[in-house]
Amino acid sequence: MENIYLAIVLCPLAAALLAGLFGRVIGRAGAHTVTILGVGASFLLSLAVLKAQVLDGEPAFNGTVYTWAVVDGVHMQVGFLVDRLTALMMVVVTSVSLMVHIYTIGYMHDDAGYQRFFSYISLFTFAMLMLVMANNFMQLFFGWEAVGVVSYLLIGFWYTRPTAIFANMKAFLVNRVGDFGFLLGIALILMSTGSLDYATVFAGADAMSGQTIQVLGDSQWSVITLACILLFIGAMGKSAQMPLHVWLPDSMEGPTPISALIHAATMVTAGIFMVARMSPLFELSDTALSVVMVVGATTALFTGFLGVVQNDIKRVVAYSTLSQLGYMTVALGASAYAAGVFHLMTHAFFKALLFLAAGSVIIAMHHEQDIRKMGGLWRYLPITWLTSLIGSLSLIGFPGFAGFFSKDAIIEAVGAAHRTGSGYAWWCLMIGVFVTALYSFRMFFLVFHGAERLDSHAKDHLHEPSMVVWLPLALLAVPSVILGWLTVGPVVFGSYFGDAIFTREINDVLGEGAAEFHGPAAYVLHALTMPVPWIALGGVLCAWYLYLKNPALPERLGKQFSGLHTLLINKYYFDEFNQKVFARGSTALGEFFWHAGDEAVIDSGLVNGSARLVGWASQVVRQLQSGYLYHYAFAMIAGLAVLVGWLLLAG
Amino acid sequence: MGTLSILIWLPILGGLLVLAIGRTSAGKPSSDGAGLRADRLLALVVSVLSFLLSLPLWTDFNAATADMQFVERMSWIRAFNVEYYLGVDGFSMPLVMLTTFLTPIVLLAGWDSVRVRTAEYFAAFLILEGLMIGVFAAVDALLFYVFWEAMLIPMFIIIGVWGGERRIYATVKFFLYTFLGSVFMLIALIYLYLKSGSYSILVFHQLPLSQAEQTLIFLAFLAAFAVKVPMWPVHTWLPDAHVEAPTGGSVILAAVLLKMGGYGFIRFSLPIAPDASGHLSALMIFLSLVAVVYIGFVALVQQDMKKLIAYSSIAHMGFVTLGLFIAWPILARTGSTSGVAMGLSGAMLQMISHGFISGALFLCVGVLYDRMHSRKIADYGGVVNTMPRFAALMVFFALANAGLPGTSGFVGEFMVILASFKAGFWYAFLASITLILGAAYTLWLVKRVVFGAVANTAVASLVDISAREMLILVLVAGGVLWLGLWPAPIADVMSASVDHLATQIMQSKIQAGL
Repeated sequence: MENIYLAIVLCPLAAALLAGLFGRVIGRAGAHTVTILGVGASFLLSLAVLKAQVLDGEPAFNGTVYTWAVVDGVHMQVGFLVDRLTALMMVVVTSVSLMVHIYTIGYMHDDAGYQRFFSYISLFTFAMLMLVMANNFMQLFFGWEAVGVVSYLLIGFWYTRPTAIFANMKAFLVNRVGDFGFLLGIALILMSTGSLDYATVFAGADAMSGQTIQVLGDSQWSVITLACILLFIGAMGKSAQMPLHVWLPDSMEGPTPISALIHAATMVTAGIFMVARMSPLFELSDTALSVVMVVGATTALFTGFLGVVQNDIKRVVAYSTLSQLGYMTVALGASAYAAGVFHLMTHAFFKALLFLAAGSVIIAMHHEQDIRKMGGLWRYLPITWLTSLIGSLSLIGFPGFAGFFSKDAIIEAVGAAHRTGSGYAWWCLMIGVFVTALYSFRMFFLVFHGAERLDSHAKDHLHEPSMVVWLPLALLAVPSVILGWLTVGPVVFGSYFGDAIFTREINDVLGEGAAEFHGPAAYVLHALTMPVPWIALGGVLCAWYLYLKNPALPERLGKQFSGLHTLLINKYYFDEFNQKVFARGSTALGEFFWHAGDEAVIDSGLVNGSARLVGWASQVVRQLQSGYLYHYAFAMIAGLAVLVGWLLLAG
Repeated sequence: MGTLSILIWLPILGGLLVLAIGRTSAGKPSSDGAGLRADRLLALVVSVLSFLLSLPLWTDFNAATADMQFVERMSWIRAFNVEYYLGVDGFSMPLVMLTTFLTPIVLLAGWDSVRVRTAEYFAAFLILEGLMIGVFAAVDALLFYVFWEAMLIPMFIIIGVWGGERRIYATVKFFLYTFLGSVFMLIALIYLYLKSGSYSILVFHQLPLSQAEQTLIFLAFLAAFAVKVPMWPVHTWLPDAHVEAPTGGSVILAAVLLKMGGYGFIRFSLPIAPDASGHLSALMIFLSLVAVVYIGFVALVQQDMKKLIAYSSIAHMGFVTLGLFIAWPILARTGSTSGVAMGLSGAMLQMISHGFISGALFLCVGVLYDRMHSRKIADYGGVVNTMPRFAALMVFFALANAGLPGTSGFVGEFMVILASFKAGFWYAFLASITLILGAAYTLWLVKRVVFGAVANTAVASLVDISAREMLILVLVAGGVLWLGLWPAPIADVMSASVDHLATQIMQSKIQAGL
């Protein structure tokens, strides 16, 4: 079995190297063929692994590939842990990646960096697989940073654009703030358990929960709480939780296929996956889980508001991603890990679909991204229109669609939770349902319906993009509809995850739902008696009234509530704050240390001062010596002679 | 002659031969920069031969012992019991290999760009190579001192002759700093000789010393080694020296010369004065963390590429001293030595890694400087448009400098951070700031130099790297990847010596002395 796991990660890597290093030799067709074959092979093998795990009941695999280093008795290894959680992630990653690879043929076909792009996305697939398949913290960190680097390279793919190369640096640095916490968390875990391997660490988790550590003054902090919060800071960076969310909207500077793959479906969910993977640790700290829940809830609601005022088609979807990541995070905080991962999975498909559909619109519109300049496109782009509708319905949780099951499960779980912060979280999520429906259908109506606000030039060339573009849309639309129906039973309310996810009995919020779960159809019917679908419907109707029925109203409302509008347009001033305080503060500090410390005190004062002293001394003895270096050398040798003499006499 | 003697004297004699050949063809202008020139070709052959001859050090090394290997020992100055005593252990062997690996690369880097006194240039590097290997291989303290001081001479010449406009200022500053430091070291060595009757460093390791003696000796060594590392606040010579040095000089300075400081702590300060090292460890850790944080901020605002990389070097070397001195707080806090070896290994790996990465970054700047004759960041922008292959490599090295896992830059920092957490949360916290600062200054450099639209006509007319430049950068990139993906071989080679040092420094020498 181990060879299969190796093949799964190495196929995309080999393809990436071929396309990257020999792109000119193998050509454009060669590059996309080899990378699609690589990722395709990974996908098929991942399916085989999933089947072996789920249907054949194969036990989880935990093994070492090679020993990275043994230092101080700590074995640092590269190895795989493949259980049902991993297998699910592997299928999600490789399937979305495969769709994006195919789509890219169409989206990037006239781009000069064609081979480079394929190389990057295959490399990303490799890194992401290494992340989800890791069986130890070091490899997790490897994958964690590696996906970050590929994201950096891809956001800055169009490297001549100033906005793109600003955005990619920003993304990397904000993620590094998260990684800063993450690495400290790993260090604390190593210190506490003496190992970096998941199995050993999880086995020692109970012992860890009794330990305390002195951090500030004499107060003793719980090791497990501190470790979990530090790890979660890493997740906040990667999964863009407030206040480390600022990089994700800017990451839209990258080409649309990677917005779908990296900044919606896979990489940004790494934080969610990580917390679920670490459930044996997080379960032992209610405090950490409360933090997770409150951060997630805040992100879910407040980034959703921002989506309502955006006019760039990709940015609307980006804020929607932020908000949905918040939903997943809340689920984790409520101990409903399975629901969080389930939403991760459905979201991967419908959000990739929405991004790729947005990309399809962008191609058709000749790289126009402002939704105010669109309208009525359903006539010209029927497939894109239909798939966008499916994606949007799934996103807002329309009963029966994939997103409905996952979102509903989260809201129910939070309702059942008794943890500090769960009341706040529940309200955030409920209001969030309305906001999600509002921004989703605002965009949908502005793009596809209403008056055509296009310029005539764009209109002449408007047509459905080629098959490589719409085929992935169609293929992604299928799971966006049916996936929830098929899998909600076993994954959320059943025993799909088995030992892969650990929940303490007292925290088992999904258990209550499981008792009442009698198949997906009954679940849908039951939900119709609950407020959630009706709130979503309210959001859609509101969007319909504001943007189709009475399109002059939004502007009037914006003027009426200009203070609120300004706050939202400026994204709560996070960027300004970071720019003024952190960026400017750092450079000011650097200038101060450099000029006041290095130049004034050390160089002018100490160094040149002693040079002047030596210079003065050499003036005195200038009759004896001449020349530059010897002035100084002489003074030293003379001093040396005196000292040595003294030592000899004293000794 | 043993392997180590050959590795020391072959380059030195080769260098003299290159000088002689250069002299015979003196007067002929060597300005064409093309064709086969006997002097540089000979220099390259000698350096490659040295590298090949150094391979047995690696293949025949016995990793199970901390004892000196490949030992050569004979009397030298009988009156003072000075010996010609050579040997390598798990600390020095990798550093010798680093030196022999990088010297051919450095020679190739100056292949076309050095136009004046070429024979002298290549000779200086060969002689420097022999002397540097001498420093790492010497087991006799006086022999060590001779190599240590002699090594400065070719380095002055390299900066002073082939350097930039303010090379004299830089050379004097470099000389002043390093020589002043060395003088105190010599005093300490003489004192240890008077006390023990031998110049063998291994004898010094066994010598009982009182706390006061240890403190003075530690401070004397500190003066020499802190300057070399360099540690804050005796670091200001390095940016100037780097800025003025020719590319090859910068590479050797960053990649090998700075390692002498860390090596000195490992070979002398820690085992000879363990009690004083422990006593002063708080100070040393403080200085290390200042280097990481303060210098990180300073690097952020540099306008000159070489200065930026120089400051980055200082910040990265802060991890070396941090890893070495974190041992005592770990012991004090946890009451266990678990973590000590991790810090020491991390320090060593950081030195090797820094040799590759900083060397590579200076090579990259050299590639640009050869074409544009400017080191100012503002003169660049959009280099990727005209030099895509170069850009790919430079971005790779930049990411390695930012400590990306999978590259060597990660290995040492990771281990030192893991170890320093055991010493206390805030040590690890401050050290980890490098994750953010290191990425910030490096990626900002890349953004301004490599990415963007073509900034000006000079950048527009740049030509991508030649096969020679490609070769040297790819060789170093191979080292960076190897150490990042599979550090086990080198960690294993060091482990016996690391464990030995860990027990040495935890044993008080005061008790034995009284």
